[in-house]
Amino acid sequence: MPTLTEKILSEKSGREVRAGDIVIARIDQIALQDGTAPLAIKQIRDVEVEIKACHITHFFVDHASPSPRKELSNDQKLIREFAEECEADFNPPGEGIIHQIMVERYIKPGDLAVGADSHTCTYGGLGAFSTGMGSTDVAVAIMLGKNWFRVPESFRFEIDGEFSKGVYAKDLILKIIGDLGVDGATYKAMEFAGEGVRKMDVESRLTIANMAVECGAKAGIFPSDERTREYLSKLGRGEDFREIIADESAEYEKEFYYDLNDVVPMVAKPHNVDNVVSVEELEGVRVDQVYIGTCTNGRISDLRVVAEILKGRDVRRGVRLLVAPASRRVYLRALEEGIIKRVVEAGGVILPPGCGPCVGIHQGVLADGEVCLSTQNRNFKGRMGNPEAEIYLASPVTAVASALRGEIADPKEVL
Amino acid sequence: MGKAWKFGENISTDHIIPGRYYHLRSNLAELAKHVMEDANPDFAKKVRPGDFIVAGNNFGMGSSREHAPLVIKLTGISAVIAKSFARIFYRNSINVGLPLLIADTDSIDTGDELKVDFENAKIKNLTKNFEIELTPIPEFMRRILEQGGILNYLKEVGDLKGT
Repeated sequence: MPTLTEKILSEKSGREVRAGDIVIARIDQIALQDGTAPLAIKQIRDVEVEIKACHITHFFVDHASPSPRKELSNDQKLIREFAEECEADFNPPGEGIIHQIMVERYIKPGDLAVGADSHTCTYGGLGAFSTGMGSTDVAVAIMLGKNWFRVPESFRFEIDGEFSKGVYAKDLILKIIGDLGVDGATYKAMEFAGEGVRKMDVESRLTIANMAVECGAKAGIFPSDERTREYLSKLGRGEDFREIIADESAEYEKEFYYDLNDVVPMVAKPHNVDNVVSVEELEGVRVDQVYIGTCTNGRISDLRVVAEILKGRDVRRGVRLLVAPASRRVYLRALEEGIIKRVVEAGGVILPPGCGPCVGIHQGVLADGEVCLSTQNRNFKGRMGNPEAEIYLASPVTAVASALRGEIADPKEVL
Repeated sequence: MGKAWKFGENISTDHIIPGRYYHLRSNLAELAKHVMEDANPDFAKKVRPGDFIVAGNNFGMGSSREHAPLVIKLTGISAVIAKSFARIFYRNSINVGLPLLIADTDSIDTGDELKVDFENAKIKNLTKNFEIELTPIPEFMRRILEQGGILNYLKEVGDLKGT
């Protein structure tokens, strides 16, 4: 009987498929960003076929947003013109991060989505099968409305219990990546289930699914349930809900068990995401910059936690706290709730919705020898624009606690 | 025939093309001058057409940027030989026609002269005088590679055909 992955890929390819099969499947949504779209457009222009899937194609300018250089401005102009020409959706600077907006507006449980960005796997938090591909593969999807897929074997993660105070989804996924390694799930789908998942809010699921690619996985996927329905309803998309779950007798290549009660705040040390230890082991490591945002942790629930802790406190002198809401919608909500005011009062800097410093193009590039604690998903050497700098990864609450102390800090100190 | 350039485990797409050169993505010849810069600053200057990149597990980890295999291809590298590849990088390489070979690379060192015998699925190490077996790639992907990438496949076949 099918896993969640097999179920969706069977539906989209019109036959019963199993792990290991290579299928041609119909795609529901396609997303591209400013770093990968220009090459996809070039590829499309190179092949003279009728373009079939512009109506489900979404372009985003989020990586270099707004543009810091003329070369990138020209790339962005090219994207805008192509989108106009083929009547595809175009999101200029300020709208926000590709994955956040796809989740807010377009993705439905059971969808098959592809994106020219590795963190496309985020949509698994809503019960969609979504995966990152290169520009050419996404160009093929835009031209044909379909592409080929190898149906991945699934790993099942049974999640039990409930998070303790100060512990969040980011800590769980860092722990899992630490256990599996950065290639521990290469070519596989990570499927999450269990009591712990049922109690977990959708934004936590999105954080976890977002980082599935950090252990090499093709997708990270959650069943859709009442919490998914509620989340979509709040976005005004209640009618997009459908329940999709794995069969009880589905076969998995491996099974893992995690009790959320046992998870503690975790940090990934430079320069790999699986270099994970508990925050306790790193207390006292000096930080120069703290970045809160990205497709991993820039949602309203993340910003609320941060604002709560900043109440009546100031960022440590000498530390740069950068905060970027993941989308215009998140930004507006944060304004309404007084979150933005509190960050600014505490000494923080608000960046426009977008990927910000995470890709090393602009905004918050680190100096030689500097240390950044970030809520992003990658700490590879050179990631934030300087190979001589160091990046640690943690949850928003650990990040803000560290910004207050000027050193990596256990969030329990500020809760 | 070419010389081996040995790299370690988990070479990321940030090693292959650092984000600080993001603005050069639409200028691949310029971007290629920085290929592998954060893993070996000498590589881009000294690599010769026909050479091989040799690495451990999970080569190409990280982002979906297809510019990574494209700039490697631009250096004239014969193939990347690694114990394993990250998923998106693997697929991108097939799509752009960069040969990837899966083999146990422990015994290869920088400077070794290598020759690939595609017919017998073997790598010959001419410096150390031994052979290593290659792991074959799946049939469907081989067809795409043989067409010189997915776009040529589409131009030739007109559509994606079932397996």
